[in-house]
Amino acid sequence: MIFSVEMIYVLMGIIVLGCSLYIFTDRTNSRRLASGSFYLIYSVTLMFGKIIPPFYIGLMVIVMVLIIASGGLKKGEHVEESLAVKEERRKRLGGRLFLPAILIPILTLVGSKLLDGVKIGGKALLDPSNVTMVALGLACLTAIIVAMWMTRGTPTGAVKESRRLLESIGWAVLLPQLLATLGTIYTTAGVGTVVSDAVTAIIPEGSLFWIVVIFCLGMAIFTMIMGNAFAAFPIMAAGIAIPFLIKQFDANPNHIAAISMFAGYCGTLMTPMAANFNIVPAALLDLKDKNHVIKVQIPTALAVLVFNIILMYFLVSLGI
Amino acid sequence: MVLIGVLLIMIGFVLRINSAVVVTISALVTGMIAGIPITSIITQFGEAFTTNRYMSILIVTLPVIGLLEKNGLQQQAAKIVSKIKAITVGRVLTMYLLIREAGAALGLNSLGGHPQTVRPLIAPMAEGAALSKYGKLPEKEQQEIRAHAAATDNIGLFFGEDIFVAVGAILLMNGFFEQNNIPADPISMALWGIPTAIFAFIVHAIRLRMFDKKLDKRLGSRGK
Repeated sequence: MIFSVEMIYVLMGIIVLGCSLYIFTDRTNSRRLASGSFYLIYSVTLMFGKIIPPFYIGLMVIVMVLIIASGGLKKGEHVEESLAVKEERRKRLGGRLFLPAILIPILTLVGSKLLDGVKIGGKALLDPSNVTMVALGLACLTAIIVAMWMTRGTPTGAVKESRRLLESIGWAVLLPQLLATLGTIYTTAGVGTVVSDAVTAIIPEGSLFWIVVIFCLGMAIFTMIMGNAFAAFPIMAAGIAIPFLIKQFDANPNHIAAISMFAGYCGTLMTPMAANFNIVPAALLDLKDKNHVIKVQIPTALAVLVFNIILMYFLVSLGI
Repeated sequence: MVLIGVLLIMIGFVLRINSAVVVTISALVTGMIAGIPITSIITQFGEAFTTNRYMSILIVTLPVIGLLEKNGLQQQAAKIVSKIKAITVGRVLTMYLLIREAGAALGLNSLGGHPQTVRPLIAPMAEGAALSKYGKLPEKEQQEIRAHAAATDNIGLFFGEDIFVAVGAILLMNGFFEQNNIPADPISMALWGIPTAIFAFIVHAIRLRMFDKKLDKRLGSRGK
């Protein structure tokens, strides 16, 4: 193939590597060595994941987590440009600023539908094992070039800006990958089996409706307890979605996925555990009642949760 | 027994220990309880981490978003929002809900947010709309308007973002199914989020209308 998934990972690795170099040399960052090493190790796992034996990748991940545990990452000080300067730049491009950003989803959709299976000189143009991901990577690359051209930016400038964003995401950048890893370990250890045995014991044999109800409620409740829908998904999917909905009732996994994550988000709207979304804003807005935002969100969350249950039930039972 | 790992996650989150650390410990402990040798757990860890690299694909979007932000993307968004000629709290917030949800669906999560947009822009605009309609606001209503502003941001973001293919949630689910040998397609997952996204918008817009009516009833008689 001409464009493989690995190339996209190398591109990601190069961006992170560039950021780590800036962080290492940032004198305003009191933990520049620890923070820089974190991103350096991360970029190596991205670029060479296929080449380095998995045991060593596992060790590198543990080292990254140790860096987080031992005092975490720190940001450097960024000189905020004055509003006048930003306003000046905004005026130059105005509404056109949205163009490169909108290019990403459009090119991904077009690329993955039109270029799938296209061959040049007998070679597949896009990696057939993961067309969407390669299309997405190329779409982003195109958008980067368009954005640089429009803003008269340079590659180093682009890396500098990426670093600002990467630093503000911080350790959370690792979380989706770690949670997916957790899901794998749970599956091998048989956590899903335990959950599905419990479900079998509660639910009347073969009742699709009740399985959908338990699954969606389970997503919402687990999310409320853990404050994070990402962590709920592997448990509920391994325990209920795969053994019952997909294997027994032949449900379309894409429908299940789309709706289950939203059911989880309904939980996020109702829990103080999701502090960033529900508690921090209460403080930012000087609200007397720290749970005021949650109280306002509950009716919408419950209505959407019921809608999700009904939608999932109809999609599965009608076999769409 | 293997549920101890799940329990550990809950305890960790309740004690507000860093999630990355909690998740890693839970994985190691669960593996050990299940009797998997430690070297094999670490190997599995590395393998799964490598397989799931695409979940961090958002890194490729950072240079684009970063360059655009440097050139005033957020200021442009703020300008569009401030042009909203709405005379009621509900309408200001409904317009923001629309912009926030549509933005998130295009992968532009950074267009909103509590510190960047709600506090400096949306909450004051909503309060301003109420102020010009009802005159000085009692504290109770002022607090409610602010809470609604924050809630609108969350609801728009949550039910918009899963329509974008490169978002972590979609990739996490796709990866999970793939590892369990179940064929899935991230684009189709994203598109099937649309019905719920539309429903959430309608429900919340109706609630904001009702909020307007409630304010009218409580404060309308006070006049200007």
